[in-house]
Amino acid sequence: MTPAEFYARDRRWHPPALDRDYKTSVTRSPQYAAISLQNSASEITGPVFGHNDIDPIDNDLILNYAAPGAAPIGERIIVHGRVLDENGRPVPETLVEIWQANAGGRYRHKKDTYLAPIDPNFGGCGRVLTDEDGYYFFRTVKPGAYPWRNWVNDWRPAHIHVSVFGSGFAQRLITQMYFEGDPLIARCPIVNTIPDKAAIGQLIAALDMNATIPLDSIAYKFDIVLRGRRSTLFENRLEGN
Amino acid sequence: MTQDLSYLKETPSQTAGPYVHIGLAPGAAGFDIYRQELGWDIAGPNAAGERIRVEGVVIDGTGSPVKDVMLEVWQANADGIYAHPEGGEAEDGFRGWGRVITDFETGEWGFDTIKPGRVMGRNGRLMAPHINLWIVARGINLGLNTRIYFDDEAAANAEDPVINLIEWERRRATLIARRADRDGQIVYRFDIRVQGQDETVFFDI
Repeated sequence: MTPAEFYARDRRWHPPALDRDYKTSVTRSPQYAAISLQNSASEITGPVFGHNDIDPIDNDLILNYAAPGAAPIGERIIVHGRVLDENGRPVPETLVEIWQANAGGRYRHKKDTYLAPIDPNFGGCGRVLTDEDGYYFFRTVKPGAYPWRNWVNDWRPAHIHVSVFGSGFAQRLITQMYFEGDPLIARCPIVNTIPDKAAIGQLIAALDMNATIPLDSIAYKFDIVLRGRRSTLFENRLEGN
Repeated sequence: MTQDLSYLKETPSQTAGPYVHIGLAPGAAGFDIYRQELGWDIAGPNAAGERIRVEGVVIDGTGSPVKDVMLEVWQANADGIYAHPEGGEAEDGFRGWGRVITDFETGEWGFDTIKPGRVMGRNGRLMAPHINLWIVARGINLGLNTRIYFDDEAAANAEDPVINLIEWERRRATLIARRADRDGQIVYRFDIRVQGQDETVFFDI
């Protein structure tokens, strides 16, 4: 029996490989068309993670790198939401990993040399498994905007990088989450690699006052949608072929 | 008017950027934060099969190494079984998944694993042994999928249903890793050209 496939990825919804306004893509974009594969076990299966792989503190970026009793500088935020598939079903027990700059827009990375200082109490990464309803949350500080070398005066909007697995390797996804109301979003060449405005809107987390913790942390809601999967199983080859 | 299908749309991809290591391999970014980083041991100590190493470099359209790329590996065990509820039961400690970081100075990467077995493909046609790769980096807007096949599996490769989908026979060679013996260690070489002459075949999976 051929296993049930994921729905074909809508490549027009994703950014194309080549976008001249995002200069690095010019030499890193394949020129030939990708070969389209119907899914086999190699695409339908994927790595499985469990609670032994990670620790409860891993989703708390305010505490996971801070010295005892200390905390990073910045606006305290909660980022929460659900991982769903295109059928609207929750994706449970899947690994969500994030990374981000600190409140000044500086990354803790040996290749980042931006003027803003490293925050000694901020690592800038977190990870969590979704629960049975596909729900996840992180606590962190809001990342700062920062300049980058593309055009001479390009600034990245505040963003958090997000990596998600799903149940099959074909669902593997890395994206970036932006914050509602940021005027830099519309100007960003990386955001604008995505051709469809509605698709860009899917990457902008909404301020979520209901999830805010009064007098403590403000909240943003960010749902993530992974490829859905067929539920009907029909062989598409005639007997004997 | 017709009924609304009410499917959700997949979240669009964005580049992993130059600092992907902070999130997915913080040790490579230069700091220690987690009890354990994930993806460093692909096969585990108990895995059956031939121990191999795979090495390569990712090359851009100018012919230069891509030094900030991250690769993820997904492979079956020596019996062709994926460690997944729909794959079957693999040996204890075999995950079949790993993360591979380049040397920031040279762009060279490598990983140790076991050689996978043949996996059943669609319509009852066996696939040749292969390792699935997913490649992300700054400048790559949507992760690139490809496969590593092995040059000592010529008969299996010749009947592999995926290789045979590639109309241009000379492009098939871009998926075949070259085997060598380095002081008793089996090392396969697999360079990836993201653009230009001899561009690696990528798959829309």
